[in-house]
Amino acid sequence: MPKRKDIETILVIGSGPIVIGQAAEFDYAGTQACISLKEEGYRVILVNSNPATIMTDTEIADKVYIEPITLPFVSKIIRKERPDAILPTLGGQTGLNMAIELDESGILDELGIEILGTKLEAIHKAEDRDLFRNLMNELGEPVPESDIIHNIIEAKAFVERIGYPVIVRPAFTLGGTGGGICHNDADLVEFVTSGLKYSPVTQCLLEKSIAGYKEIEYEVMRDSADNAIVVCNMENVDAVGIHTGDSIVVAPTQTLSDRENQMLRNVSLKIIRALKIEGGCNVQLALDPYSFNYYIIEVNPRVSRSSALASKATGYPIAKLAAKIAVGLSLDEMMNPVTEKTYACFEPALDYIVAKIPRWPFDKFESAKRNLGTQMKATGEVMSLGRTFEEAILKSVRSLETGHFHIEMKNPESITDEWMEKRIRRAGDERLFFIGEALRRGVSVEQIHEWSQIDLFFLNKLQNIVQYEKEIQAKPFDQEVLYKAKRMGFADKTIAKYWNVKEIEVYNFKKEHNIVPVYKMVDTCAGEFESETPYFYGTYEEENESIRTEKESVIVLGSGPIRIGQGVEFDYATVHSVWAIKEAGYEAIIINNNPETVSTDFSISDKLYFEPLTVEDVMHIVDLEQPKGVVVQFGGQTAINLAAALEERGVKILGTTLEDIDRAENRNEFEAALHEIDIPQPLGKTAVSVEEAVIIANEIGYPVLVRPSYVLGGRAMQIVYNEQEIQHYMEHAVDASPEKPVLIDRYLTGTEIEVDAICDGENVLIPGIMEHIERAGVHSGDSIAVYPPQKLSQQHIDTLVDYTTRLAKGLKIVGLMNIQYVISKDEVYVIEVNPRSSRTVPFLSKITSIPMANIATKAILGQSIIEQGYTPGLAPNRQGVYVKVPVFSFAKLRRVDITLGPEMKSTGEVMGKDITLEKALYKGLVAAGMEIKDYGSVLMTVSDKDKEEAIEIAKRFNHIGFRIIATEGTAKAIQKAGIPVDIVDKIGSKGTTILDVIQKGDAQFVINTLTKGMQPERDGFRIRRESVENGIPCLTSLDTAEAMLRVIESMTFSTETMKHEEVRS
Amino acid sequence: MAGGERMKMRYLLLEDGTVFKGNAFGSEEGSFGEVIFTTAMTGYQESISDPSNCGQILTFTYPMVGNYGVNPEDFESIDLALSGVVVRELAEQPSNFRSQNTLHEFLEAKNIPGIEGIDTRKLTRIIRNHGSLKGKLTKAGEEVNIAEEIEKLKATVIPTNVVQQVSITRPYPSPGRGKRVVLVDFGMKHGILRELNKRDCDITVVPYNTSAKEILGMFPDGVMLSNGPGDPTDIPEAIEMVKEIIGQVPIFGVCLGHQLISLASGATSFKLKFGHRGGNHPVKDLKTGRTELTSQNHGYSIDADSIENTDLEITHIALNDGTVEGVKHKKFPVYSVQFHPEGSSGPEDSKHLFDQFIELMNANSKKENSHA
Repeated sequence: MPKRKDIETILVIGSGPIVIGQAAEFDYAGTQACISLKEEGYRVILVNSNPATIMTDTEIADKVYIEPITLPFVSKIIRKERPDAILPTLGGQTGLNMAIELDESGILDELGIEILGTKLEAIHKAEDRDLFRNLMNELGEPVPESDIIHNIIEAKAFVERIGYPVIVRPAFTLGGTGGGICHNDADLVEFVTSGLKYSPVTQCLLEKSIAGYKEIEYEVMRDSADNAIVVCNMENVDAVGIHTGDSIVVAPTQTLSDRENQMLRNVSLKIIRALKIEGGCNVQLALDPYSFNYYIIEVNPRVSRSSALASKATGYPIAKLAAKIAVGLSLDEMMNPVTEKTYACFEPALDYIVAKIPRWPFDKFESAKRNLGTQMKATGEVMSLGRTFEEAILKSVRSLETGHFHIEMKNPESITDEWMEKRIRRAGDERLFFIGEALRRGVSVEQIHEWSQIDLFFLNKLQNIVQYEKEIQAKPFDQEVLYKAKRMGFADKTIAKYWNVKEIEVYNFKKEHNIVPVYKMVDTCAGEFESETPYFYGTYEEENESIRTEKESVIVLGSGPIRIGQGVEFDYATVHSVWAIKEAGYEAIIINNNPETVSTDFSISDKLYFEPLTVEDVMHIVDLEQPKGVVVQFGGQTAINLAAALEERGVKILGTTLEDIDRAENRNEFEAALHEIDIPQPLGKTAVSVEEAVIIANEIGYPVLVRPSYVLGGRAMQIVYNEQEIQHYMEHAVDASPEKPVLIDRYLTGTEIEVDAICDGENVLIPGIMEHIERAGVHSGDSIAVYPPQKLSQQHIDTLVDYTTRLAKGLKIVGLMNIQYVISKDEVYVIEVNPRSSRTVPFLSKITSIPMANIATKAILGQSIIEQGYTPGLAPNRQGVYVKVPVFSFAKLRRVDITLGPEMKSTGEVMGKDITLEKALYKGLVAAGMEIKDYGSVLMTVSDKDKEEAIEIAKRFNHIGFRIIATEGTAKAIQKAGIPVDIVDKIGSKGTTILDVIQKGDAQFVINTLTKGMQPERDGFRIRRESVENGIPCLTSLDTAEAMLRVIESMTFSTETMKHEEVRS
Repeated sequence: MAGGERMKMRYLLLEDGTVFKGNAFGSEEGSFGEVIFTTAMTGYQESISDPSNCGQILTFTYPMVGNYGVNPEDFESIDLALSGVVVRELAEQPSNFRSQNTLHEFLEAKNIPGIEGIDTRKLTRIIRNHGSLKGKLTKAGEEVNIAEEIEKLKATVIPTNVVQQVSITRPYPSPGRGKRVVLVDFGMKHGILRELNKRDCDITVVPYNTSAKEILGMFPDGVMLSNGPGDPTDIPEAIEMVKEIIGQVPIFGVCLGHQLISLASGATSFKLKFGHRGGNHPVKDLKTGRTELTSQNHGYSIDADSIENTDLEITHIALNDGTVEGVKHKKFPVYSVQFHPEGSSGPEDSKHLFDQFIELMNANSKKENSHA
């Protein structure tokens, strides 16, 4: 069917900030969709609150709105732009929910706006548990016994009927927030209570647990002409019971016979047809390992994380084609964009196996429950392609960047058999490594199968790996053994360990004997048709298909899996760097391993290598491509960390040299450099032992900021207040050694400032200066950043520009740099310099219209800032106020303390922009998902050091009519200042405790600062968690509280009595 | 295979001089055949037992084969007719509740050689670029004079009696209570029989060289022409038979059966460069406009231009290369498809074509009754 001509303007709704369960995959999908619609000649309006995305680049859509995805704001945009239609199925659950809200509000009917693609009726049928079950019953398709419950009594009644275990699935939530598997009454109460809270319709599905079944997914597409295809099927290595986003997944299915496969394929197509999906859809099924019995688990009537994975796994661009289907095109009239010779109406054939492993944030959240269940906890994922399962899984393991290069624990000696069994029985992030260890200890695959329910097929493959370890160990430098080990995916690093040699020796031996990988094309058709796709993966085989072109090339290293501290911002910069390289006339080659991202869309670069980001894997590509050099400064710490080893092997690092990178990152060299250019920094030193740390800290004076060098997102960074604490920190939090020194700095309180700059070696361009709302001590990624600075004097701005310029030149930066300053007692200090792209690059680029990554890349390639048409120095301020507000995923991570500190905890960000700071903040906070009520109560518990400031805040809240509730200590202080306050009891008291207030929803805001001494620490923790669990904004920094207060003040009017004197006169 | 040590080596030699060295599995004997590839990712058990692959060395482009083992239920024929199997990795420890054997054990028992561990994508690309090639699997564990072997290979002629090799020699019944169907076995997949059985047909399976007279003498409600191996022009006796029954009885043809109906109606066939083999081939139904994913396995095709001057019309085309995928007779209840509506292995989108056959037989008997 030809495309629709009756519509011109289409509104695309994005997915908002990155949170667990909704990550970069929707930037990929949204970007593809917008480009695809523009290709067809439509005018595209985009709304997304997340500035760190490619889709919000002004080139991607005709009009881009970075505004909150809430009913009032999107309605405003709709009224202004008057689109003919809305495409909601590419913005994840956020986009879908927004479309439903818009529809229910009546605005779509009022303005005659159509919903494109899958119709809302179908979305309701797929998402509403009751409607879905009815539909399945009509179709005669089995669903596990279940019941919709609205309260705990109904839940208990269901369990009495069905028995444990049961699964709790809250309705309409992202990544199953609030759900879980219950084995007993205590679990049931916990999950049902939280599930009901998170469900916007206060509904949970209780379901008979079919844990242990195989979990199989089908990515299906259908067009309005009723053509329906399966793009890809996938098998979860982890059996049913673990959220698919938290499961190790392979594509295609491995243990299903054709009969099983066709049976489930037929079911999936039947469902997509019954739902009348127009676009992409994901069907999750559970298959009994011992019969043909199956159940339908879930249907996602939209483009999803799985469809991004399926797109990258097969090369078939689901989102792009889904967008075209939405405007009326059918699958059999569109070409397959990969082969460009065959049609889109076909099912990709793979001639490789794909393995995906999720990336979890437990390295940052040590206290978090590491158990995996029906609620997703991963922040990102890696994918690898190989010709065997062993190869694919080991490539994925080393892509994770968790310090694992093989399926082994970091310190296996310390693990008891009991612990090992427990960690295999109850899935957690490290189960794969525990299984490796169990196999090494001689536990049978049958036993492990019994513990884990993982199919014997996969366990036998892991057993193959473990068994071959001995062969490798027994035969150092045996060519045949080495070749076979490489074919099984063993890392050079692992082999080097077995041979007791340096990694480079293995590499050199490989090269000497021509044991090097070849690169195979991902072509959707298993080689059946000729393709031109520049999308490759490495494997140890005979024929290489990646041919070096005549054109000089530049390799850009991507940033790997999304994790806290290294988010989509780095992919944004990577993509822009690739585009700049192309513009500059070079062939742009990218290496990355993250299937969610825009950078791994093969249409972005001239060549995409989907490979692990390790020295070995990068070097083989360098050997083949012989590039001009490698760009490392856009791929976050992932790429930076590879720079030294690459240069050691003779690779030219483009931009800031390795030596200069080191100067910025190595504490002592950095100090010397600062001294040379005369820029002050907080007093500090490095320690390599516990004793040394204590001496240094005592010398500097408490509080001190401690952190390991070379880390991302402030991992293991802490503020310590006394000798006891530093001792504890050194003994438990870090593993200090001469190779891994620990930095100890004077902790300065004051305003934190962040500056990004571009230097071409001579000229320094500063697109903008950002001021943080939260004072120094809160990680910059977790702070609200404001552009332009609101409180800085011209003198300080001048100093910042001067320091930044001197630092850029002094450190010989070529490309991007990011600097954190603190202004304490009227003095500007440098806290940190990152010789690379930063989290704020997309934010600043969007505000200032200065394409920072592009300019930096061209500077790296030799074009000066002036030649590029920019004036060095600080760019003039843009009109308006812009705030970057962090977004957290605490609701998904149980037992994580939400207190803001030097260690980063946010997963994403939103931008708020308007003409005043208050308005911008309002938008930012609302876009971040906070509910701002302009009346109600504030619950305060603050530490002694914060009491004075807290009184001021209480006073102002009281002024605009808020009731203040406080615990005893805080209340006393507030009372003393003459402000009315209600006292609540501490946790554990008999009366109404602070937890009751939160649970009952009697407080609209909670202000809780980290308490030391007086109150047990865990009380504060429980208060904060309780707020999260109840969806009440909990502010752990008084600065954030003050900002929030300003917003509310600007929204409300104060009411005051007339003053006596005035009455008298 | 992980415990590769116990495995013997063997070569796969191609007539263009390419040599692949890999591990032997299945039979230790050598073999000869046309080297082809299939892109289906599941269904190896069905593929290796598909009589249409008679005399061919079948390459699986999906690299891991044998994962779910071999079960007693999923065969498409009792005896294997193919000459060899080529895979990147053979599963040593399959896993599936129905699995009884490993693929290696099964092929060994059936005396079919296989080669494992070679770059099957390279092989696929060679076939794609050069067209199907003659190939030879050497005896396990034996070094050979490669140049000599390749010369011999070039001189070897692909046999033309493949249908005869795989068809039955005597008729047998597969009783039911419904429509009486004579199913002509040119190398029939069990899937066809299964679909007719499911529709309660009363079936008599007859050899490929059964005469029209014999067939009509069984008073069938319909005749089903099965799939089969090789070049349709190699069995002129069958083409004659089809010519004679067109107009006498409703006919449904699949794959080779489709080619025979076309040739009997005056169309011509040609050899495709490397065939259509896999489970992801889109076919457009020209009447409904809908595209279905089909299972295909054929090296020959009907020339579209040659249909113009016949009583046939094209009903289905391959979406990708536009080749003929289905025809129907303009006057008589006769239709056929080039692909495999029975699936096994592969998609089952087109199973309704069997329903159509039943409907056609019903309609025809009604017509006959009204005439009577």
